[in-house]
Amino acid sequence: MIEHTLHSISQFYPEIIVVVTLCVIIIVDLLVKNGKHTTGWILLGGLLLAGISVIMQTGSNLAVFYDMVAVDPFAVFFKVLIILSSMFIVLFSMKSSELEAYSSRYGEYYMLLAGMIFGMLLMVGSTNLLMIYLAFEMVSISSYVLVGYMKKERRSSEASMKYIIYGAVSSGVMLYGLSLLVGITGATDIFQVNSALAAGVGESFILNISILMIVVGMGFKIAIVPFHFWAPDVYEGAPITISAFLAVASQIAAFGLIVRFFSISFIDSGGVTATGTWQIVEGLHWDLLLGGMAALAMIVGNLTALRQDNIKRMLAYSSIAHAGYMLMGLVILAGEGLTSIMIYLFIYLFMNLGAFYVAMLFSNKLETESIEKYKGLGFRAPLESIAMTIFLVSLTGLPPTGGFVAKLYIFGAAISGGWIWLVTIAGITTVISLFYYIRVVRNMYFFEAEQGALQLKFDLPSKIILLLLLVPTLLLGIYFEPLIEFARSSIAMFGG
Amino acid sequence: MEFQIFGIGILTWLVFLPIVGMIVVLLLPDKKSNAMRWTAAIVTGLQVILAGVIYAIFDRAKVGVNDIESFQFVEQFSWITVEAVPWVGRIEIEYFMGLDGLSVLMVMLTALIGFIGVISSWNIEKMVKGYFALYLLLVTGMMGVFVALDFFLFFIFWEVMLLPMYFLIGLWGGPRREYAAIKFFLYTFVGGILMLLTMLALYFSVAYIDPATGQSVHTFNMLHMMNPENFVEGSLLFGVDTTWRYVAWMALFINFAIKIPLFPFHTWLPDAHVEAPTPISVILAGVLLKLGAYGLLRINFGILPDATIYFVYFMAALGMISIIYGALCAMAQDDFKKLIAYSSISHMGIVVLGIAALNTQGMVGGVLQMFNHGIITAVLFLAVGVLYDRTQKRGLYDFGGIANQMPRYTGIAVVGMFAALGLPGLNGFVSELFSFLGAFEAYKWITIISVTGIIITAAYILWTVQRVFLGKTPEKLETLKDLTLREYLAFTPLIILIVLLGIYPAPAIELMNASLAHLVEFVTAGGN
Repeated sequence: MIEHTLHSISQFYPEIIVVVTLCVIIIVDLLVKNGKHTTGWILLGGLLLAGISVIMQTGSNLAVFYDMVAVDPFAVFFKVLIILSSMFIVLFSMKSSELEAYSSRYGEYYMLLAGMIFGMLLMVGSTNLLMIYLAFEMVSISSYVLVGYMKKERRSSEASMKYIIYGAVSSGVMLYGLSLLVGITGATDIFQVNSALAAGVGESFILNISILMIVVGMGFKIAIVPFHFWAPDVYEGAPITISAFLAVASQIAAFGLIVRFFSISFIDSGGVTATGTWQIVEGLHWDLLLGGMAALAMIVGNLTALRQDNIKRMLAYSSIAHAGYMLMGLVILAGEGLTSIMIYLFIYLFMNLGAFYVAMLFSNKLETESIEKYKGLGFRAPLESIAMTIFLVSLTGLPPTGGFVAKLYIFGAAISGGWIWLVTIAGITTVISLFYYIRVVRNMYFFEAEQGALQLKFDLPSKIILLLLLVPTLLLGIYFEPLIEFARSSIAMFGG
Repeated sequence: MEFQIFGIGILTWLVFLPIVGMIVVLLLPDKKSNAMRWTAAIVTGLQVILAGVIYAIFDRAKVGVNDIESFQFVEQFSWITVEAVPWVGRIEIEYFMGLDGLSVLMVMLTALIGFIGVISSWNIEKMVKGYFALYLLLVTGMMGVFVALDFFLFFIFWEVMLLPMYFLIGLWGGPRREYAAIKFFLYTFVGGILMLLTMLALYFSVAYIDPATGQSVHTFNMLHMMNPENFVEGSLLFGVDTTWRYVAWMALFINFAIKIPLFPFHTWLPDAHVEAPTPISVILAGVLLKLGAYGLLRINFGILPDATIYFVYFMAALGMISIIYGALCAMAQDDFKKLIAYSSISHMGIVVLGIAALNTQGMVGGVLQMFNHGIITAVLFLAVGVLYDRTQKRGLYDFGGIANQMPRYTGIAVVGMFAALGLPGLNGFVSELFSFLGAFEAYKWITIISVTGIIITAAYILWTVQRVFLGKTPEKLETLKDLTLREYLAFTPLIILIVLLGIYPAPAIELMNASLAHLVEFVTAGGN
């Protein structure tokens, strides 16, 4: 028993490093009160170490802590993404002037961030219903606090409050669904759930209800329609760094969890067909349900984004739409669908973080998030505006940017699975999305800068961070073979 | 045939030289406007030279179309290969370029118009750096589409053109430029999405067996898509004359029809033309519209021949409507640029009618008409630009008696106008004649109705000549100066070509004859 635990610990370094970092941050925060980003640098260092230890896990495929957590290529892929995006968020936070008003509480901020990252790392590896719920709550609770971090600002507190209420209800519903599932199958381990279902449980009505409830909880996390109502308000109220973190890292972790949970629990592992899923669970057309949700998310997200003037709100709706595109991959629960989700997430990380980052840079200088106020910025901040244009074009999905490759693969998966109607909706909504993305570009370039408006100057580190996001966005549009190989070799799940 | 410069194939040079130029332009300091202009001129000039080299050594007897062996200047490298994925087999995207009779003439046209566009951009003073950087990117996109033989590559080049065009119209255009730019972007983007979906459907339907390893390989290679044997049984686009094949054909057709533009997808064109600055109008009418017709020939005809035969009447009918409708609209305009825009719709209708005839005569006429129309409209737009530069006006009624003040300019402009009208001895006549002859064999009534479009064309062109060049000069126009050296430089090669190809069109026709004959044979056989 001790041996097993010791062995498990040796496979658990990334998470341990993050927890240790968290503790160090608390201690340092007590000792050093200088209003600087000392704790941020510590977190960055911790993340770097965690990242290295994740990469060293490449190739292992096993379960640790009595099948609570899996360490497999699938988890490694998602952990790499989570750590990468977290590192960017830490860098963003150091450049954010929004947070400077609360500089005495930096330690708190980075500590909560570390807690959230820890939860996410667990989320993508969990193979036990209990563990899934714990990881889920770990992320949620940290994020509630982070959203309300700017406590002197009304909108921030309001956002936090909304988030808590929505979040509490939906995770309650999910918990109820999970407990029903445990009741029916008598197991908390998702492999055992799977075999119990395969043997036939005969309670298909309750089973369907329980899965629906779980879908509600998880759908909330990725802000899929109709569980998306929190997203715009929360994104608008939260500090922009946290909005970006929720839109990217939280999305990545939630997709990791959803994909693993559904493809292991409910799929007949003996026969994953090209299109076939859900053979075990009878009653509802699950693929149709998910497809419908994806379609709704694309339609609602893109149409509502058209009317937004606040860049954060617009990006919130655009994130909803992108969640819809990714959900198309889940409808085809075969290898193609999953690979395309992973490719999408990887590219989405760079382009969406990029858009949020430029929005943050602009709001640092202009103290506004209104797209209308972006008029003439193309001439006042040339590099940043070009970068913003590229990120937005990539989010639209035009070549030669990474966003195109992401769309190509997800559309391809849907077409090869025979979901022509779904992919048609995706195509139409992509055209719609052009409008609101290009509106930002139009405002930046097609209007003269106001009289007497000064050039916006950004320091060198800001520009370097920008390039770190920009170069992959462009490069992935031209040469993406390594990414495909990486995603393809990472779909191996423990016991899958 | 291999032809390399410094170990890099000639087509790669041709396509990516402008990108090199773009980088140079971007690196130059902001103040060095002239250096930027010269960079653009040198780069596009080199393209013209390369196009000349290609013209000199292009083997007229090789057919190409669906046969890799007889393509010329082929460059084929693996770009993205993902080995043996369990559920789809090997995935392959290639960097695959080549020329055949279909594309070679278009490459020449692109090189020439690209160069002339730079000359006429010389007096652009606003944000010179941005302008030339975007311009050169646009040229790369256009050239790339004509030489790409891999669908993926084709698509990338196709979409790369969107953004530069959006900015070129939106930033350097006229008063309603913003509206025109977004309209252009939107229309083309809708088409692009349709093409993307169809491309993916084709990709999943086509797999060839790699002779070396025996693996089944999914590929974007267009030549493999043209071979009916490569369609996987049971896949979406397998078979002949299935509904999905018709849907796929239609999706592609709409994309290309938007670009051509055919009635009823044409409404973006007049706006875009009116608002775009002169050189961009030249590029737009001279090259961009041809991409649509070229795509029809290369992709719709080549990959889905059965559906092409099914829809061929429909195509011819749309061609007819465009001819008449475009001509009638042109007659009603009092804006010079709008008039040329509608005349473009009318003339591109002739192209579609010609290729819809599905016989060699019609096809040759259609493709030649693409080339000729590119040259002629370039002259016309340049001519409007000359007047606009001097007077800031474009209204037909603002002018009169220009011939008194600018006799040389009038001479050149009128040659262009008469070529557009189809006067025998000038190039427009030859290609229109071939198109109508070919079409008449296939569809009597459609052609008979279409030919009346020529009469309307004659009417509006002569009327325009009368209003602008003849009559009494208004007082305010009495100080107009005749052409400058730079303007001569832009006009001269075009006028020479108009006259030359009008008298002796063989050099152009022999380039494409073999390929088009083969394409006709291929399409008509493919439907059975």
